[in-house]
Amino acid sequence: MIDKALTGSRRYWALVAGLGTLVVVGFVVYLRQLNEGLAITGLSRDVTWGFYISQFTFLVGVAASAVMVVLPYYLHDYKAFGKVTVLGEFLAVAAVLMCMLFIVVDMGQPMRVLNMFRYPTPNSVMFWDASVLMGYLLLNITISWTALGAERRGEHPPRWVKPLIYLSIPWAFSIHTVTAFLYNGLSGRPFWLTAILAPRFLASAFASGPALLILLCLLLRRTTRFDAGREAIQKLAQIMTYGMVASVFFVLLELFTVFYSQIPEHMHHFQYMFVGLEGHRFLVPFMWTSNALAVLALVLLLNPRARRREGVLAVAAVAVFVSLWIEKGLGLVVTGFIPSPLEHVTEYRPTVPELLIGLGVYALGFLVLTVLYKVAVTVRERLAA
Amino acid sequence: MDGNRRGFLKAAGFTVLAVGTGTVSVLRSARARPDAPTPSSQPAGANALVGKRWGLLVDTTRCKAREGCQDCRRACHRAHNVPDLPEPRHEIKWIWTERFRNTFPDAEHEFMAPAILDRPVAVLCNHCENPPCVRVCPTKATWKRPDGIVMMDWHRCIGCRFCAVGCPYGARSFNWRDPRPFLKEQNPDFPTRYRGVVEKCTFCDERLARGLLPACVVSCKQKALTFGDLADDRSEIRRLLASVRALRRKPALGTMPKVFYVV
Repeated sequence: MIDKALTGSRRYWALVAGLGTLVVVGFVVYLRQLNEGLAITGLSRDVTWGFYISQFTFLVGVAASAVMVVLPYYLHDYKAFGKVTVLGEFLAVAAVLMCMLFIVVDMGQPMRVLNMFRYPTPNSVMFWDASVLMGYLLLNITISWTALGAERRGEHPPRWVKPLIYLSIPWAFSIHTVTAFLYNGLSGRPFWLTAILAPRFLASAFASGPALLILLCLLLRRTTRFDAGREAIQKLAQIMTYGMVASVFFVLLELFTVFYSQIPEHMHHFQYMFVGLEGHRFLVPFMWTSNALAVLALVLLLNPRARRREGVLAVAAVAVFVSLWIEKGLGLVVTGFIPSPLEHVTEYRPTVPELLIGLGVYALGFLVLTVLYKVAVTVRERLAA
Repeated sequence: MDGNRRGFLKAAGFTVLAVGTGTVSVLRSARARPDAPTPSSQPAGANALVGKRWGLLVDTTRCKAREGCQDCRRACHRAHNVPDLPEPRHEIKWIWTERFRNTFPDAEHEFMAPAILDRPVAVLCNHCENPPCVRVCPTKATWKRPDGIVMMDWHRCIGCRFCAVGCPYGARSFNWRDPRPFLKEQNPDFPTRYRGVVEKCTFCDERLARGLLPACVVSCKQKALTFGDLADDRSEIRRLLASVRALRRKPALGTMPKVFYVV
């Protein structure tokens, strides 16, 4: 089937070439990081995790959200998702791949990465996270590739994939729960020390993932003969709305607990995020942009008539995606370090090399996604013809 | 390079010997007397200081950090090849000072004299009985020894910095860049590090193995630092802890630090 990705229009190859260029640029800058160390990033003794780990955290959500199409389609036999399911699964594959790359580029000694499996350490959440991500990648690539292959031959998927599909449903929840556990089991970091972190992660994932999937479906309809179908897109919009409402609700719960209890070390982090602390306010404009976009998205999405218009839906999906990307991909990880356990306020700004490496990882992920979608779209176009 | 490697092998050898003899002496139920000064001229390992639960008491009332004394930091950093990096955000610190208000955020109040609030307090790895850093490390590159020292293996560390995130005391430093060009002088008896690994105080395990007290303790002319076996009720540190009111940092977290403070 992979041969379907080897022929394509000029536009397809232009996209592949563009993404490939960004990958190469990112890789060259990464070589510099390998050579000079992580000093080329904006990270510091006080803020030890930043842009890379934030992207990892955000993308785990995108990966997990595939379950929002898999579950209705396979568990509830929701037929309208017949076409979109494989897109969700391929998106999960690309997202998990990016997650793993972001972990590797964040490592001080990446050539020792296998130490995680040579000396498996069950008391470390990171060991579990690496394991569940690896499993999720294998599950999704197996399921989606087999299902698409069967579809191409006009057959039902083989029986042996069924158990894997059912397994992939709780597994999707596990990857984001375990990712939240990386943060919310640390006694010295009050910002993350909250049991709602995992539900919050899942809620925002089930909004941002479908948002991206909606945008991809709309894009595919414009650029190819592949149409996911109006019903599927509208159902995704509904799922995204519920996800966004839950996500905002959970953040408000968090704000209540922190500001009603008035425990200073819990409040400091939120103050840093939304109003700045001791004159440091780098994240403030970003966080308010995120809030404004969240409000805009909810206003558009909660109104069914607005939501049904695809132009409006596209705007809302962009608002959801960007809002949650800022929340998780910029705010959530970094704010946990500010102030530090010794109550120092050290700010963090990603550097240009850091952003270029990050862009390279995203480009590689989207390159894989492009190739996978090309295969899916070509298979479908042939079937339709 | 070769010198460093040899130094490391030597230190590792001493450690193995020390652990070996330690086990034997525990089996013989011989009571270790770590507080007694041991002559260092004897063959290594044979007279290693052996304890069941090493701890340190910092008497801030004796400490002269206010007057600019840096003896403990200098002695430690020289002994362990800790570099002096120009940028504060890349700093490597094994023992250093923090203001009282930053060290004990739970113990300060607004009416305290500024002299106390801003008094520098020596801070280092607490060698917690229940160390969060050990719990989170994905490769067992950091672990708690039977004598309570929280150790590091710089050859296994993958540089994920989860330990630094997990530590509630800011005790862990990461080598953001190659530290070697920033060493003014090199101690050939101790390994240097490479970029991309985490490091911290090890209670001078390499000195204990040779029968020596930690470098910071020995360097302090004020005798503000007392090192000893918390499991030995006849040790100097236990005697002091029974007679003074000593604090630990963030006791509510349940990490059970083994570094105590008289303030």
